[in-house]
Amino acid sequence: MKSQTRSYSWLVACLLLVALLMPTMASAQSEPIRLGFLTIKSGALAAGGRQMEEGLNLFLKERNFTLVGRKVELITADTAGQPAMTKNKTQELVERNKVHVIIGPLAAFEALAIDAYILQSQTPIISPSAAAEDMTQRKVNPYFVRAVGTSAQPHHPLGEYTAKDLKYKRVATIADDFAFGHEITSGFQRTFEENGGKIVQKLWSPLNVADYGSYIGQIKTDVDAVFAAFAGANGLRFLKQYNEYGLKDRIPVLGAMTTTDEGILKNMGDEAMGVISAGWYTAMIKSPANERFVKAVNKEYGADPGYYTMGAYNAGLFLEQALKAVNGKIEDKKAFMAALKRTHLKEGPMGEIILDEYGNPILNIYIRKVERVDGKLVNSVLKVYPKVSQFWTYNPKEFLAAPVYTRDYPPARNLE
Amino acid sequence: MNFWLIQSLNSMALGGLFFLLSAGFSLIFGLMRIANLSHGAYFMFGAYVGLTVLRAKGSFVLAIVAGAAAVVVLGGIIERFILRRLSGRVLAQVLVTLGIAFIISDACLLIWTGDPIPLPIPQALRGTVRIGVVAFPIYRIAVVGLALLVAGGLWMLMEKTRIGAMIRAGVDDMQMARGLGISVSKLFTAVFCLGAALAGAGGVLGGPILSVYPGLDTDMLPLALVVVILGGAGSLVGAFVGSFVIGFVYTFGQALLPDLTYMILFIPMVIVLALRPRGLFGRILT
Repeated sequence: MKSQTRSYSWLVACLLLVALLMPTMASAQSEPIRLGFLTIKSGALAAGGRQMEEGLNLFLKERNFTLVGRKVELITADTAGQPAMTKNKTQELVERNKVHVIIGPLAAFEALAIDAYILQSQTPIISPSAAAEDMTQRKVNPYFVRAVGTSAQPHHPLGEYTAKDLKYKRVATIADDFAFGHEITSGFQRTFEENGGKIVQKLWSPLNVADYGSYIGQIKTDVDAVFAAFAGANGLRFLKQYNEYGLKDRIPVLGAMTTTDEGILKNMGDEAMGVISAGWYTAMIKSPANERFVKAVNKEYGADPGYYTMGAYNAGLFLEQALKAVNGKIEDKKAFMAALKRTHLKEGPMGEIILDEYGNPILNIYIRKVERVDGKLVNSVLKVYPKVSQFWTYNPKEFLAAPVYTRDYPPARNLE
Repeated sequence: MNFWLIQSLNSMALGGLFFLLSAGFSLIFGLMRIANLSHGAYFMFGAYVGLTVLRAKGSFVLAIVAGAAAVVVLGGIIERFILRRLSGRVLAQVLVTLGIAFIISDACLLIWTGDPIPLPIPQALRGTVRIGVVAFPIYRIAVVGLALLVAGGLWMLMEKTRIGAMIRAGVDDMQMARGLGISVSKLFTAVFCLGAALAGAGGVLGGPILSVYPGLDTDMLPLALVVVILGGAGSLVGAFVGSFVIGFVYTFGQALLPDLTYMILFIPMVIVLALRPRGLFGRILT
């Protein structure tokens, strides 16, 4: 009886050993693709970080964490939105986790902080959110592609739309006083003025301004509209206070993509109604691909997708297409990178997307208006500008020869 | 004309808000000599609790009470069990309150997610009122009124009540107060809780203007510090005057000298510190 027990336990031990070895053997045949993901889970930008994570998770979940027959191992790092931390986490992902490709980071200043390291370590990176113009313009990094547009990309068409379709003549602008706000405002100003409009006032408020009262008090009352370019919580705070001062019914507001992004729109009220903005996405795009996507996001996370959710999901689509092109052999970095640069999504939630030679998408820009549908605020589509490039209708060479958009470039000549 | 009127009104409203923010900070610092760097986090935590109560019950007054109460409980625990053990060790106290601020803001992120959320303005205070030629939000006027009310209440408490006399005695000369049989230990807890309550209530009252979002704490803390340093640490009159001075400087500075926006807050503080290091109304603390 005793020996019988002993041999039985031997058997179990062998079985255990085999069971332990099995996954190792399986993975030796095809190692998982290691995907590094830089997001923000703490601090002031955590809301966008969470939405990015939701977008990427949904993408991977839909594909059962398998792309082109290979398992995907997702390694998520929290940068806290601090450039120094972003750099550390990127090094960790590359050197310790040996990731094949990175999706992230959220903010442009984070992306700039790791730019040199990405180049040096030759790590392919897909940006799901950072929109700084120069990263795909005057400071192109061969390992960097963008799954979203540049800051000014949607606001070139908006400027034209404001002058031509809305027939506004005089507009005041107010924006967050950092690169993103500068680039958006300059893009808008350029096309608006080229089409006969006049920017008569430009206001810049610090990112962490305590109160917009003193800025709202300065807005000229004889303008046709106010163009308000804000990111994060500021769009919500500004619109709320603008309404509080009773200005909403007197001077209409035009917004940047992030001013009325779905991520904050869900917490807004009547103050957002009627705001016209431009973006490369809105949850209201009528296409089977988008309707399916919006439904899935709502089912998983109970909210409409916006800038960050869509950006991360789109980065996933880029990755998938490039992997397909190289048959899953992500280890062949050159071929993979070349495939990534040739990304051409025929359909997706955002519509058709083609990367230009600088690694930036040519995509549809939607002119949107905040409306209430079934009790929920949404960005309804007013007009679509198809296949908009980061250079708008300008010649890329001439565009690049000029300085990057800043607070004072192009200069505003019609200020009063 | 318009410009001066509306910006003056803006300055008043902002000053009122700053006073609600910094009164508690000043009170705590004056008596206990603790630079409570969690104060911004208390403010934010109060706003979040107020938001939750507002959503559940729909009463703004209840939200203010709940916000204040929640922060009192939190502050009381922190004072009794943490700060008490570090009494007399200034650096340790500063560091621990800073650490607590991080913990509170992370906890808020966990509970309320990172989405920025505006607190709705109470129905009765919505809309604008015409003052001269400009339309001004009613709620902001109400905030100024409330700040005056709180200032008056605190003044009464400090000058006209026994506990106020005890607090003043403690601020002036701790040793002597102890010698006279004042239970300084209980007084400390009471004052800390009062300061916390003011922060919590201030958070809820500021909510409709500022909204509540991760980072509200670190946006507010420097403002409280600037007000208190300018007005004079430990002086309620100082906090009051300082709040409105900063309100005016901030508002007009941003409007008239946009290139100095980032410094404008600190210029008056530097000048005052250089000429009168104890602040406008501060006494020399022993």
